[in-house]
Amino acid sequence: MLLVPCPHCGPRNSADLTLVGESESRPDPSATTPVEWRAYLYEEHNPAGWTRETWYCRLGCGRFFVTERHRGQNRFRNPPLGAPDESARRR
Amino acid sequence: MARRGTGGAEVQPGRRRRPRYPARYSAAALLLRGKRPWPPIWRSGDLRDSYDVVIVGGGVHGLATAYYLASNWGITNVAVLDKGYLGGGGSGRNTAIVRSNYLTPDGVAFYDRSVQLYERLAVDLNLNVMFSRRGHLTLAHSDGALRTMRWRAEVNKHQGVDSEVIGPAEIKRLVPALDVTGAPRYPILGALHHPPGGIIRHDAVVWGYARAAAALGVEMHQNTEVLDIATSGGSGSDGKGPGGRVTGVRTNRGDVSAPVVVNCTAGWASLIAAMAGLRLPISTHPLQAAVTEPVKMFLPAVVVSGSLHVYVSQTDRGELVFGAAVDPLATYDTGGSLAFAEELSGHVLQLMPGLGRMRLLRQWSGLCDMTPDYSPIIGPTPVDGFHCDVGWGTYGFKAAPVAGEQLAACIASGETPDLIEPFTLSRFAEGRLVGEKGAAAVGH
Ligand SMILES: Cc1cc2nc3c(=O)[nH]c(=O)nc-3n(C[C@H](O)[C@H](O)[C@H](O)COP(=O)(O)OP(=O)(O)OC[C@H]3O[C@@H](n4cnc5c(N)ncnc54)[C@H](O)[C@@H]3O)c2cc1C
Ligand SMILES: [Zn+2]
Repeated sequence: MLLVPCPHCGPRNSADLTLVGESESRPDPSATTPVEWRAYLYEEHNPAGWTRETWYCRLGCGRFFVTERHRGQNRFRNPPLGAPDESARRR
Repeated sequence: MARRGTGGAEVQPGRRRRPRYPARYSAAALLLRGKRPWPPIWRSGDLRDSYDVVIVGGGVHGLATAYYLASNWGITNVAVLDKGYLGGGGSGRNTAIVRSNYLTPDGVAFYDRSVQLYERLAVDLNLNVMFSRRGHLTLAHSDGALRTMRWRAEVNKHQGVDSEVIGPAEIKRLVPALDVTGAPRYPILGALHHPPGGIIRHDAVVWGYARAAAALGVEMHQNTEVLDIATSGGSGSDGKGPGGRVTGVRTNRGDVSAPVVVNCTAGWASLIAAMAGLRLPISTHPLQAAVTEPVKMFLPAVVVSGSLHVYVSQTDRGELVFGAAVDPLATYDTGGSLAFAEELSGHVLQLMPGLGRMRLLRQWSGLCDMTPDYSPIIGPTPVDGFHCDVGWGTYGFKAAPVAGEQLAACIASGETPDLIEPFTLSRFAEGRLVGEKGAAAVGH
């Protein structure tokens, strides 16, 4: 079982959430060519290391959030948005 | 179109080359040989610093491509590199289901050719690959599913593939263990019956291709990891990416130059493509499977239920082999989960309540390279000389013969054969996806 750190609910079983995918900023639809748009739609980095992803807390708070996960080892890092920032706490 | 990638080697199609093996295995040979060791069935030796073709990935796809390059085209200055052992990826972990009852005409034609090649593979490779054509049943639990099956059956028959929708009585006759009473939560309303489908011995296919390719001169290099791909002239700042040309690979055993590099790494395909500066429409998901203790034969066909995310077949040793849909979470971790075993068992009992006391012996997991349209990516890429045979998801084992045969033709002739034209990488940029989800998601 993988515990996903939801910034709103705390750690939850990954079965409660949906991995939406790699988070990338969406290009402006009015300024992109079809080829660029399709690259945004279909291409993936799919790394075996760290990547930024969007999650949907489906059976919990129902909110979307962004976090970083190591796809080889299934570890999370960088407290997700909304959680206290390490460096801020040290100061 | 210019001939691509054979490094100027003379291409000789048409004449098939037959492998000559260093030793013949037979009862007489066993007596004559006594205690003398058998020669290894593929050669290894030193990694040379140049080849005409380097194949990354020693699974069934890499090995089939190597074999058809050598046997159909006489291109034998070829090295197959694998970071682990031959067949250590999905090729040694799959549930070995072979069928051709897909949904799109492109898919049906392609997989049908593969089944044809599998039919004579034992003869071609001179090795018993134990192809058991026991029939393949895809169950329908709803009117909607039944409609899709009728559609699939008509597409299949139109292309000469044996496939028909049957009702509960006929299902019960074929597989008495199934509960067709209509009582379960997912009643069995009908099934798509595909008599030519079946299972095959996956390790034998891997070893057979490796042995035959090696006998024709191809070198196998295990424990040889590709760390980078050398390219020149690409659009990226490092000379990689579209518009460039491949010149070789860097491995943990040294640099190798080659005008053609083939990516046959399935679950790892994105990592190899990134080394050439390309992004693929692939995400890597684990697929789990499990096997029970052996019991007497009672399950004569392969049974698949898409709604229940489960499929099952019985091996010649009597074990039940179960599979499912891929894990929803994209990851390279093959640890597996208890949740899988629990869910699987529940679903199996829905279909065959009589199995309540069977024990699971083990479960395992392998990496699958999923594409958005449940179809493979085969052929040339925007980096000249860099070919792909990836995106095999959960259905690549059955496709290895046709993919290897057609990709070899593509590399040798520089032209993309009709059978793989629908599956080239360019389809994503051109917006012509294949739409095979209905027949590929759990069906394998
Ligand atoms: C549990 C399970 C059940 C399945 N059931 C079926 C089925 O019933 N029917 C079916 O048709 N398909 C099935 N599949 C899918 C099928 O197994 C795969 O699609 C197929 O085996 C892919 O073969 P391949 O040769 O492309 O890749 P693989 O066999 O995965 O080989 C890829 C190889 O690349 C090597 N590699 C990776 N990175 C590097 C590197 N950097 N350098 C060198 N080498 C590298 C790996 O070591 C590996 O050996 C199943 C898969 C799984 C996991
Ligand atoms: Zn939450």
